[in-house]
Amino acid sequence: LLFSLFREKKRRRVVELTEKMLVDGDTGSTSDWDDRWNHIKKFLERSGPFMHPDFEPSTESLQFMLETCKILVIGAGGLGCELLKNLALSGFRNIHVVDMDTIDVSNLNRQFLFRAKDVGRPKADVAADFINSQFHIIVCGLDSIVARRWMNGMLLSLLVYEDGVLDPSSIIPLIDGGTEGFKGNARVIFPGMTACIDCTLELYPPQINFPMCTIASMPRLPEHCIEYVRILLWPKEMPFGDDVSLDGDDPEHIQWVYQKSLERAAEFSITGVTYRLTQGVVKRIIPAVASTNAAIAAACATEVFKIASSAYLPLNNYMVFNDVDGLYTYTFEAERKENCSACSQVPSDLHFSPSSKLQEVLDYLTESTSLQMKSPAITTTMDGKNKTLYLQVINLPFKLGLADGQELAVADVTTPQTVLFKLCFTS
Amino acid sequence: MASTKASKEQKYDRQLRLWGDHGQETLENAHVCLINATATGTEILKNLVLPGIGAFTIVDGHTVTGEDVGNNFFLSKDSIGKNRAQAATELLQELNSDVSGNFVEEGPDKLLDNDSEFFHRFTIVIGVQLPESTCLRLGSVLCSASVPFLVCKTYGLIGYMRLVVQEHTVIESHPDNALEDLRLDQPYAEFQNHIKSYDLDSMEKKDHSHTPWIIIVAKYLEKWLSEHNGQPPKNYKEKEAFRQLIREGIRKNENGVPEDEENFEEAIKNVNTALNPTKIPSAVEDIFNSEQCKNITAQSPSFWVMLRAVKEFVHNEGNGSLPVRGTIPDMIADSQKFINLQNVYREKAMQDAAAVSKHVESLLQSVGKPAESIPEKDIKLFCKNASFLRVVRCRSLAEEYSVDTVNKDEITSCMDSPDSEMVFYLMLRAVDRFYQQHSRYPGVYNYQVEEDISKLKACVNSLLQEYSLNVNIKDDYIHEFCRYGAAEPHTVSAFLGGSAAQEAIKIISHQFVPFNNTFLYNAMSQTSATLRL
Repeated sequence: LLFSLFREKKRRRVVELTEKMLVDGDTGSTSDWDDRWNHIKKFLERSGPFMHPDFEPSTESLQFMLETCKILVIGAGGLGCELLKNLALSGFRNIHVVDMDTIDVSNLNRQFLFRAKDVGRPKADVAADFINSQFHIIVCGLDSIVARRWMNGMLLSLLVYEDGVLDPSSIIPLIDGGTEGFKGNARVIFPGMTACIDCTLELYPPQINFPMCTIASMPRLPEHCIEYVRILLWPKEMPFGDDVSLDGDDPEHIQWVYQKSLERAAEFSITGVTYRLTQGVVKRIIPAVASTNAAIAAACATEVFKIASSAYLPLNNYMVFNDVDGLYTYTFEAERKENCSACSQVPSDLHFSPSSKLQEVLDYLTESTSLQMKSPAITTTMDGKNKTLYLQVINLPFKLGLADGQELAVADVTTPQTVLFKLCFTS
Repeated sequence: MASTKASKEQKYDRQLRLWGDHGQETLENAHVCLINATATGTEILKNLVLPGIGAFTIVDGHTVTGEDVGNNFFLSKDSIGKNRAQAATELLQELNSDVSGNFVEEGPDKLLDNDSEFFHRFTIVIGVQLPESTCLRLGSVLCSASVPFLVCKTYGLIGYMRLVVQEHTVIESHPDNALEDLRLDQPYAEFQNHIKSYDLDSMEKKDHSHTPWIIIVAKYLEKWLSEHNGQPPKNYKEKEAFRQLIREGIRKNENGVPEDEENFEEAIKNVNTALNPTKIPSAVEDIFNSEQCKNITAQSPSFWVMLRAVKEFVHNEGNGSLPVRGTIPDMIADSQKFINLQNVYREKAMQDAAAVSKHVESLLQSVGKPAESIPEKDIKLFCKNASFLRVVRCRSLAEEYSVDTVNKDEITSCMDSPDSEMVFYLMLRAVDRFYQQHSRYPGVYNYQVEEDISKLKACVNSLLQEYSLNVNIKDDYIHEFCRYGAAEPHTVSAFLGGSAAQEAIKIISHQFVPFNNTFLYNAMSQTSATLRL
C-alpha cells in the first residue's frame, strides 16, 4: 500500500511540476520570460543541411507548437511522467494525459467495442476525441501489449480512404515507447503507411505460462510452488473469504501465498522461495529502473518534436536500446506485413479442413504469434443473417458447417474493430 | 524524514530486482558530485536521486538565466538570478527525502585553485558542459585520486559521454545470454556416479519420460564415446547422428509408434549447446594475465585476491577449469530427479568454492592479512560468477588528447564512413577549439551562424592537422554545428540523463558492465556508437 502511495506521490509530483510549468507561461506568450525557448528556437528558426525537405524555418512553428499542436500522452506511469516533462520542456502546451490505470484494460470487453457511443466512461471520451481527430500526435508509454494494440487499432479505424487512396490528413502519427529493466524501444508509426503494432507482433513473444502438470504435480522451481498456491490453492481455500480474489497489492494476501509456497516447496525440497519472489510471480512484476524510462521517453519526445515541427526526418522507424553491457542501440525499418490483421485491410485467409472443429479455429486465433488474441468472438453471415459462432462464455465447440470462402468477423480485446478472415478449406 | 527499511523495500522494489539489496547498499553509501546543473546535469542527477543514492553535491558557479529555466525541469521562473547549484538542489531534493543534497556556489576551476583535494571525497564525479581545459584538469586530478570521472555533453542534437576510470572490476556482470555450465564434456566424478544410478532401458515409462535431458545426453554421450574411440560428435553430420541416436531412445508403443517424450525432445534440441566444450572465456584468461593478479600484496583489492585464488584453483583442483557454477536450467522432469540432479551440481559448486577459499586464505596469510578480511559469501559469489568477471580500463583524457597517444587508428577507420558517429566526436573537439579561440561557441546568435561556418571550418582543419588525421569532414556537419548554436534541447539532455545515470550506477554498484570509453548519440537519426579513444 505504501508503495503504491509513493508511486502516486511521485506521479502526482511530476504531474504537478509539469502543470506548474505549463501554467507559468499559459496566459499567452507575453507572460513567457525572456529567452525561455532559446534552445528550441534554434531548430525552428534556422535552416540546416539535415532538415526535413518540407521544412521552412519560421517563427510560426514555435507558435503552432505552443498554442495549437495537441498531443495525447497515454499512460501516466514511469514513461508517462517522463514524457509529460519532456514535451512541456520542448514547447508543447496542449498536452492531454490518459492514465490507463483508471481504465481497466481487462474491461475492454466486446460490449464496449461494439458500443463506442456509450457515454460515462473515460475510454469512451478517448474514443470520441479520436473520432473528432482532435490530436495531432499520440505518444504511448504503456506497459501492456493489449492496450497498445487497442490504441493501434483505434488509429487505424480513423483512416479515411477515398477510392482506395489514403487521405493523409486522416493519419495521426503514433509514437510508442516500451521498457523492461535495462531494455527499451521507441518506434514511430504512421497508421496506414508504416508498420503498425500488429505488423511486428512477433517482436513481442507471448508470455509463457508454466504447464499445469508442472504446477500441479511436478514442481521444480520456487516459481512453480508460488503458481501452485496462486492458481490451485487459493481458489480451494479462499483464505480471506468466499468472494475475495487474490490481490497482489495486499501484503496480507502475499504473505499468505508466501507461507503456503514455502510449505509446498518444503514438500519437494525446493529452495529459493522468498517474499520478493512471491510478489514478483503473483503480480507478474517486470523490473524497472528510472534510467531506461528516461532514455526511451526522451527518444519518443524527440520524435514528437521532429514530427510536430517538421524540422527533421522522423525516426524510420524502430529503435532498440539496451544498457546491460555498455550502451547499445539498434535502429531499423520495421516492415509492414502484407496480411497484417490490423492494418492490411485485406481479410486474412484461415486454412482449415471442412471437418475441422471450431475449437481449432479458436486455438489458432489465440496461439498464433501474429494474432495473439485473448478471447475472440466470432460471427459470420449465413443465409443473410448475422450468426454468432462463438462467444467467450459459451464453451461448445462444434463442427464448422460453413462454406469455402466464407467471411468470419472476429472481435477481441486486442482491437477496437472487428478483424475479417476468409475461410479457405484445405482438401 | 528518511524512510523505514520496509518502506524502502517497497519504494525500490522494481530496481532491487535488478541489482539486489547489496547493490542498493552501494548506492545508498555513494556521494555523487555533479558539476554544472544544466538540463543535462539535472536529468542525470534525477535518475540517481530517484533510485536513492546517499548524497549528491552540485558544484556550479553560474547564475540562473531565463534560457536555463526553459529547458530545465529543476529550475523555475523564481530561480532566475539565483545561483544555479542552489536552485537545482532545492527541486531535486524534493524527489526523494532519503537523499541528502548539497551545493557549492562555485565553479570547479576556482574550487581546485582553493582546495585541490575537494573532489577526493566523492564516489564519482559527473562533469557536464565543461570546456576542454577544465575537463583535462579535472581528469588529471581525479585520476590521481582514483575517483571515476564521467564527462557528459549535450550539443544540439548530439549527446556525448566519456568515462574515465583507470581500473573498474565487475564480478556480477549479469550477461544477457550466458551459456550454461554443465560440464558434459568433462563430467566430474560425482556427476558420473549420479549418471550411473540411471538405467534408461529398464526404467518404468513414467520415469523414462521424466528423466532430465542432461542425464539423457550424458548417457547417450557415454554410449557414443565408447563407439567412437572416445571422440565426441564434432561436426554437423556427427551431431545429427548423435541426435538420431537419442531419438531412437524414445520409447515406442505396441504399434512401434514413438511415444510423446518431451524430455527426449528437449535433449535433442539441446545437443548443440550441451556439446560445447567447457572453456575459460578469453576475457577471464586476459584478467588472469593482469599484473594485479600476478602480484598480490596487502593492498590488493579483494577482487584480485579472489581472482588469484581462482587461478590457483584452475591449475590445481580445477584441472584447467573454473569452479563449477552450480546452476542448471529448468527442464522437463519430475521433482525428485530434477532436485537430485540440481544438488549434484550445487554440491560440486560448494566443494569448488571451498577449495578456492583455501587458496584465498593462504594468499591472505602470505601478505599478513586475516582470513576474515574476505567473507565466505563474497568468495561464493565470486566463484558463481567466475565466467562473467570483467575488468574495464579506460584510457585517461591526457592519453586521448595527446598527439603522441591519440587513437588515430580508431578515428581514421571509423571515418572511412564519413557519416559515422565519429564525425560528431571530431566536431565536438573542433567546437571546443572554437571556444578556446573566440571565448564563445559558434552560431549562438542568428547573425553569427553564417559567418561562424568558416571560422569553425578553420578549427576543424587545425584539429585534423595537429593530430595528423587524414580524414574528411563534410561541410554539412560544420554548418549543422553552427546551426546548433550550443543549444541544449531538453529531450537530448534527457536521453543522456538516462544513459549517464545508469553508467554511474554501474560504477557505484560494480554490477553490469560500463561502456569503454566514449559514447555518442545522434538524435537526428536515433543512432549511437561506442568508441574507444
